[in-house]
Amino acid sequence: MSIELRNIGKSFGKVIVLQGVNLTVATGELVALLGLSGSGKTTLLRIIAGLETADTGEVLFDGRAADDRSVGDRGVGFVFQHYALFRHMTVFENVAFGLRVKRRSQRPAEHEIARRVHDLLKLVQLDVMAERYPSQLSGGQRQRVALARTLAVEPKLLLLDEPFGALDAKVRQELRRWLRRLHDEMGITSVFVTHDQEEAMELADRVVVMNAGKIEQIGTAEEVYHHPANAFVHNFLGNVNLFHGRIESGRVFIGDTAVEIDTAYAHPAGDGNAILAVRPHMLEIVTEPNGRQTFPATVKNINLAGPQVRIELVAQSGDLVHVDLGHERFKAHHLEVGSAVFIRPKEQKLFVYQI
Amino acid sequence: MAAGGAYRPARPAALDPPAVRLVLITIALGFLGLFIFIPVIAVFAEAFRDGAEAYFAAIADPEARSAIRLTLMTAAIAVPLNVLFGLAAALAIARFEFPGKLALSTLIDLPFVVSPVIGGMIFVLLLGVHTPIGGWLYDHGIKIIFAEPGIVLATTFVTFPFVARELIPIMQAAGSDEEEAALVLGAGGWQTFFRVTIPNVKWGLLYGMVLCNARAMGDFGAVSVVSGHIRGQTVTMPLQVEILYNDYHFAAAFAVSSLLTLLAIATLAAKALLTRRVAPAASARKDDPDELRNFP
Repeated sequence: MSIELRNIGKSFGKVIVLQGVNLTVATGELVALLGLSGSGKTTLLRIIAGLETADTGEVLFDGRAADDRSVGDRGVGFVFQHYALFRHMTVFENVAFGLRVKRRSQRPAEHEIARRVHDLLKLVQLDVMAERYPSQLSGGQRQRVALARTLAVEPKLLLLDEPFGALDAKVRQELRRWLRRLHDEMGITSVFVTHDQEEAMELADRVVVMNAGKIEQIGTAEEVYHHPANAFVHNFLGNVNLFHGRIESGRVFIGDTAVEIDTAYAHPAGDGNAILAVRPHMLEIVTEPNGRQTFPATVKNINLAGPQVRIELVAQSGDLVHVDLGHERFKAHHLEVGSAVFIRPKEQKLFVYQI
Repeated sequence: MAAGGAYRPARPAALDPPAVRLVLITIALGFLGLFIFIPVIAVFAEAFRDGAEAYFAAIADPEARSAIRLTLMTAAIAVPLNVLFGLAAALAIARFEFPGKLALSTLIDLPFVVSPVIGGMIFVLLLGVHTPIGGWLYDHGIKIIFAEPGIVLATTFVTFPFVARELIPIMQAAGSDEEEAALVLGAGGWQTFFRVTIPNVKWGLLYGMVLCNARAMGDFGAVSVVSGHIRGQTVTMPLQVEILYNDYHFAAAFAVSSLLTLLAIATLAAKALLTRRVAPAASARKDDPDELRNFP
């Protein structure tokens, strides 16, 4: 099922939660709504499900307005952040619930219900847990029961609210890969909400970056990471160094240093104050000034743990700068805290945003 | 620890000296004995003072039987009414935002803070024969005050906080996630109510009903005002005790009292059993990493 959202707006009292949201999700796509808490992503998901009503705008399923259909009639599956398993029912009864509440004419026979529930429990690898209660399961197991329960009613659209939010890091990783495989096998159109950029980029076909009730950018993980539409997206997706500078007659200055940039990555139209964004691994440390593109800086902190050496420097302008350096390069430079060095962008792919 | 040396665990600093503990326990148990055990034993001793035969004769007395019947009938009407009201009020307060919500949740406690006698007076002033409403009803052959309907009304009034007060915190704690999940899975409103909402609060509901029932059968003040004390007709068990006592039928008074005491003991037993159930069986094990090794 495809989804189209047209100009969705929603406020709770005086608080505007969503504003002018337009989004299309193609059939079979897996889309992430990515944003900080309070960005309106969960509200948007609940509006798609029909658990909330938008103040303005339209929700269309397969090109037809969904607004007049009740939550239960939308063919939507919703996995809640805290799973919302029925605590007084066994795992089996939880999964069977959606089948048991069907109208008598559509309700499968008891042996058919049992067969389908066991099939689903096998799918989520919990068949042996059928007679347990939710309180006897671990977080990851509860999440999979919630998923099986949702899949039992054969939804045409799967909505997941922070599906891995309450799990610890290792379980999250495994469940993430498993969900991706499941999606690829079943091909259900899916939308999930997350605040974890890594999760969004690893799992989703397309990422919708949200901020303060608006969509900042929609694109593949590669697009939003390497071609962010604005400083917010750039900053939100991965670490970034932000330099405050200005644009004068088409040239970017940071302090007195003029920076040459590839115009394809420059967003500003005219002169004025600007923000220049560079990811830590796109910077290089040199010991000698080299041409006009080097900034003097002092090493403030060195973190050797991890695949790369994480160096914190203070630029002459007072800006704090992070640089990620390979261990070999780090050794070659003989850096220590207090060393006076120069920072240089590796390429001219610097992003400049007008402010 | 020194090998061979006698090992004496140090007394935890937080524990009081034995003497203090002894005094506190003695005071607590002494009070319990003085105010609970001795009176309860006295009730039964007085009831059986003239022998078992007199005891059962006192209970089998037509007036006593009428009082028992009226008390049971009153509870049988008041408790279900308050279950309905309690569920509606608790759902409204726990689930919805609406103007007057604070007022409603405050007013639910009214019968707790106002003297039961005033509760009875309200109905006399509202529905007595000399009031417009009561007069009109009387002209149409319906008698409320000094009749059974008044007793039921007054009892319902004094007992209405019990179920609601018990359910509101449970429903607030449970949240509406499970109900929303049921709706998304295709359940209708009533299916959600009976399959998800009610099972989640059933022990709390039962607990509230037990307390509500105990109060409905035992209330004296409000019922006394609206009853009119027509013997064999509008006298409930607590009123019957008063009447017998004032007539110097002490053994009979204590015999009826003993029934109310038994009700209280049964209520306490039920309460003790239910308290364990009400505290949600959230012995939920924390995410156990060992269990997840086998996955996926």
